[in-house]
Amino acid sequence: MEIPYIVEPRADTGLANGKLGIWLFLASEVMLFGALFSTYIILRSGAQEWPHGELNVWLGMINTFILIGSSVTMVMAWASLKLNDFGKHRLYLIATFLLAGVFLVNKYFEYASHFAKGEGPWHNTFLAIYFTMTGLHALHIIGGMIVMGYFIGPGAKLWKKTPEQFTNRIEYTGLYWHFVDLVWIFLFPILYLL
Amino acid sequence: MHSDPAEIKKSVRTYLMIGAALYVGTVITVAVNQVHLAVPFAITVALVIATVKGSMVASVFMHLSHEKKWIYGSLVLTALFFVVLIFVPLLTLNDTFGKAIEGKPASHAEHMQHTEH
Repeated sequence: MEIPYIVEPRADTGLANGKLGIWLFLASEVMLFGALFSTYIILRSGAQEWPHGELNVWLGMINTFILIGSSVTMVMAWASLKLNDFGKHRLYLIATFLLAGVFLVNKYFEYASHFAKGEGPWHNTFLAIYFTMTGLHALHIIGGMIVMGYFIGPGAKLWKKTPEQFTNRIEYTGLYWHFVDLVWIFLFPILYLL
Repeated sequence: MHSDPAEIKKSVRTYLMIGAALYVGTVITVAVNQVHLAVPFAITVALVIATVKGSMVASVFMHLSHEKKWIYGSLVLTALFFVVLIFVPLLTLNDTFGKAIEGKPASHAEHMQHTEH
């Protein structure tokens, strides 16, 4: 049986089902991270004092640059498919995957330096919310890497069979990835700078 | 969303420009932080820049500047619930749990002491 509306848009929504699906998923993600941002406000406004300078701003800034760069390469990976250039798409997608990996390596060094000093999430309220928010964000990075890895590897076969469907899948992956970047754009100032 | 190759090539230039603008925004955020402004002002500046950067990602990279109404509809609902979620902490202002209530004895023990006399 063929699944309808995976390439052609539905008449009533004007969208392929996958597109609406990924946006509804992202809406649920907004609520998930929204709950944590709300928690941050409660903890911060209720705290007697809030630590400053606990985190390495420069490492955080480098990671922001990396994620922004990965968002650019991700959208270029999709645009390359729209221009029918699979070779370029592949290069951009691999670049996005690698940038995501570098982000995680940086995060590992950040976490390791905290744990080496015995400063885990239990140490204080700030580190508790820091590890919770950045940890959940890192899990999203890993999730994105798994999806990208699939499309770099076995999932790429779909391009030969139904290029439009493959292009849509890359678009949905991109929407998710830009959301992960967007969350970090807010996490960086509230955790590292303020 | 565009499908015409000429339009896509034009969009690619926009993507690169937005990428550059996001880098500039990040540098400004960190530079302002190094100046050590008063906390309320620093928070305002950082969040305004983050909001501008976030809007650029959403409208250009996520193509929200030209999407279908079903997606806008689901996002309007999400934004509404998100605002409620962010203002939930305000509800705690009315919390009475753990606070002494005016005109009432401070503790049960004290209350018992009063009734014994």
